[in-house]
Amino acid sequence: MIAFTVNGRPVSLDAPGARRLLDVLREDLRLTGTKEGCGEGECGACSVLIDGEVVNSCLVAVGQAEGSDVLTVEGLERSGALAPLQQAFIDHAAAQCGICTPGMLMAAHALLQETPDPSPDDVRRAIAGNLCRCTGYTKIIEAILACRTRAT
Amino acid sequence: MPYPRYLRPRALREAVELLAATPDARPLAGGTDLLVALHARTIAPTALIDVGKLTELRGITEADGALEIGAAESYTALLRSPLVARHASALADAARTVGAAQIQNRGTLGGNLGTASPAGDTLPVLLAADATIVTDRRTIPIAAFFVGYRRTALAPDELIVRIRVPRDGRVIRFRKVGTRQAQAISKVVLAVCRDPARVAVGSVAEVPLRAATAEAALARGDLDGAVEAVGRDIRPIDDVRSTAVYRRAVTQRVLRRLLTA
Repeated sequence: MIAFTVNGRPVSLDAPGARRLLDVLREDLRLTGTKEGCGEGECGACSVLIDGEVVNSCLVAVGQAEGSDVLTVEGLERSGALAPLQQAFIDHAAAQCGICTPGMLMAAHALLQETPDPSPDDVRRAIAGNLCRCTGYTKIIEAILACRTRAT
Repeated sequence: MPYPRYLRPRALREAVELLAATPDARPLAGGTDLLVALHARTIAPTALIDVGKLTELRGITEADGALEIGAAESYTALLRSPLVARHASALADAARTVGAAQIQNRGTLGGNLGTASPAGDTLPVLLAADATIVTDRRTIPIAAFFVGYRRTALAPDELIVRIRVPRDGRVIRFRKVGTRQAQAISKVVLAVCRDPARVAVGSVAEVPLRAATAEAALARGDLDGAVEAVGRDIRPIDDVRSTAVYRRAVTQRVLRRLLTA
């Protein structure tokens, strides 16, 4: 059995340890917010956080997640309400086809957790591992910058 | 699809025993190369031996006039380490160019060595630094580590434990040329030191290499000669990322810049 937490909820499952975390999230746990794009670590669509660090879930063997805290896009909302970052993506029209959006949100969330008041370059660097074929990135960057909390 | 077994030893000794006892097992650390190959079925190991959390493979410390880096330390750990910044800043420069945050958080220095891609971004830096590979049973000078295309001097059951970088104050300059700043596999990647003379280049041959005649010219203070010679020291090819002609021209241009800027 492999035990870890997903979005704060303990899970314990009987899966081959070499299976991709991405497949376990989507197929076993039915958390289909996390998308598969390239399947080889190039596009970032499958980004999730493991113990606060953004990773490509297509490149993690689920056995490696044992004992970890995994956060997926489903875990961003609070009591049924969208997180400010998710609302900002809507307000800034930062999603078109939507395939990259969960990964963008997770990369941005990781950035804002560590750097609450990032510069535009910080934002570009933080999402450099996430490809979007629709928006041209500008609206995504604006949405993330709108969620800055300035140091006082 | 049949999955390889996933095994997580609790200590280095157990990991090495498992590797020796399991034919066609592969050590797994960050997984950023291995999981790609596994999913694409270009490899079919019988087992993955997860060494990523072994304490023996972790930590960045100073010891005996050297910087010692655990093989399972991530690129993110390298680029955040004050010790790496102080004693091997080119290694942090290289780590910063690997993939993007997702890859930097998972990929490891030992993995970059073990995969031994000619395009491995940290490898020219380790060559220019005269790093030593400490395994579970011996030490291997990096100059003897790369023996062929993605082949290393490691025995099948041998595990990279630490990487030792001499702390001798040498100044190494690094430059990677790719299609974009992030998520790019190198077309050319260089690490250069004036004293001692080191010219290490990746993505220009079947292995990351030191340019011997360029280094000899550099040691004589002949910068023009070094730039000219490096064009003969390398063996670039045309492939999906670039052409031999471009790689040779860029290697020479970048070397000149690194030597004169």
